[in-house]
Amino acid sequence: MPLRRVRFTFRTDLIQRPVIYELGKEFEIVTNIRRADVGQDTSWVVLELEGSVEEIDRGLAWVTEQGVEVSALEGDILAG
Amino acid sequence: MPNVQSLRCKECGRDYPQEPIYVCDFCFGPLEVNYDYDAIAKNISRESIQDGPLTIWRYDELLPASRDNAVNIGAGMTPLLKADNLGKELGLNNLWIKNDAANPTHSFKDRVVSVASTKAVEFDFDTIACASTGNLAGATAAHGAKAGMNTMVFIPSDLERGKILGAAVFGSVVLVNGNYDDVNRLCSELGDDRRWAFVNINMRPYYSEGSKSIGYELAEQLGWRAPQHVVVPVASGSLFTKVYKGLQEFAQLGIIDSADTKMHIAQPFGCSPVAKAFVEGVAHPKPVVPDTIAKSLAIGSPADGMYSVGIANKTGGSGTIVPESEISEGMKLLAETEGIFTETAGGVVISTLRRLAREGVIGPDEETVALITGTGLKTLEAIEDVVSTKTIDPTVRSFDEIVMGTAVN
Ligand SMILES: Cc1ncc(COP(=O)(O)O)c(C=O)c1O
Ligand SMILES: [Zn+2]
Repeated sequence: MPLRRVRFTFRTDLIQRPVIYELGKEFEIVTNIRRADVGQDTSWVVLELEGSVEEIDRGLAWVTEQGVEVSALEGDILAG
Repeated sequence: MPNVQSLRCKECGRDYPQEPIYVCDFCFGPLEVNYDYDAIAKNISRESIQDGPLTIWRYDELLPASRDNAVNIGAGMTPLLKADNLGKELGLNNLWIKNDAANPTHSFKDRVVSVASTKAVEFDFDTIACASTGNLAGATAAHGAKAGMNTMVFIPSDLERGKILGAAVFGSVVLVNGNYDDVNRLCSELGDDRRWAFVNINMRPYYSEGSKSIGYELAEQLGWRAPQHVVVPVASGSLFTKVYKGLQEFAQLGIIDSADTKMHIAQPFGCSPVAKAFVEGVAHPKPVVPDTIAKSLAIGSPADGMYSVGIANKTGGSGTIVPESEISEGMKLLAETEGIFTETAGGVVISTLRRLAREGVIGPDEETVALITGTGLKTLEAIEDVVSTKTIDPTVRSFDEIVMGTAVN
């Protein structure tokens, strides 16, 4: 199964929602948290997702819709 | 002589062998080259450095590869110029410009790619690749050509002609029909299952070390001391963190007495996640969708953003968000005062400098370096509206009338 490493950045008002739990329930994706920081204004979680490419794409689109910023772990690759 | 002990995770400290890897399997933190500083201290001195070549490779004790095998087209040892005219304009009496537009492909990216391509050869890759909006493309294609490697340079198809041709002249360049996110996505997928040396993905730990050489050069060119302030243009934040690291290493090794340099972040309004995090007092920058004329700084999700904010805070530095309209003003100001034509990233730096001087963040007599990281010839579009020319007929009369503004009867 393909794996994808991503970072979710949350606004304060989203921190109390179990977005990652819901992602695993609503989609056929196994979520595996590796590192996290819950701060005053924003919080982030670094995690690995396992599932089909299509399912991960659908899942991440849903997470984005919830207002969570999704970014590749290595950051942007396209550089100046 | 490389004095590398391991690659070490910046987050959890786990060690990994020197391989083409960039992320910790355990916590997904970034890997960084970890040196044996005791061994380095035995071999390095001001004199040994001065005896070396006039390139970044004079500092190879502190780089992850040896100068003997370096893929070298002459990156580094660019001029550090006293900028008295600009200084007068801004009220700064001790201002220096580090002109990295004087590198072989006209940007600081030659430093990082020289190291990355040397490691790529060492790891036996036959293809070197990158995704770029211009500067990295030229640097990668040129070093790939010098190394005799295949090059795979991916750039957005709507890029300026000068940048496309300026990279394609060295070898194969692939134009991708798509936006910024599409190119990013494609290249991270390609990087997953091809044995290519992607300079800013699997070569990143080595690549980024190349930028430390700016820190070393500043210290050496100032007469073996660290400046009080450095203003740095930030995209991913790699350059920013490594200039700092270079100065710190020199102090730690006793090559300079101390490095109490204040590190200042410069970003354009249309892409300023790192400067914004600093200003708002947030540790981790929030990703943005870039929309700026400073394309070389258009990284919305900066891999080293958090570390850059940390360094700016720790050193008593700052973060400045430059309005888009001030970018070309900064370019023009530097050109008119110092005779240096920089690209948009340099415009962001000069406008940041102007603000820091005005606000008193940088005092009038404090030794300050502004990093100019690329040439204006690659971003001519940016100054079209602020530069004017006059056209005349080939007659003295026309000259007097149009250029001198003298009424002719
Ligand atoms: C001219 C110029 N200056 C500065 C930068 C910033 O580099 P970094 O991604 O290391 O922050 C880049 C590269 O992206 C660049 O092309
Ligand atoms: Zn780790």
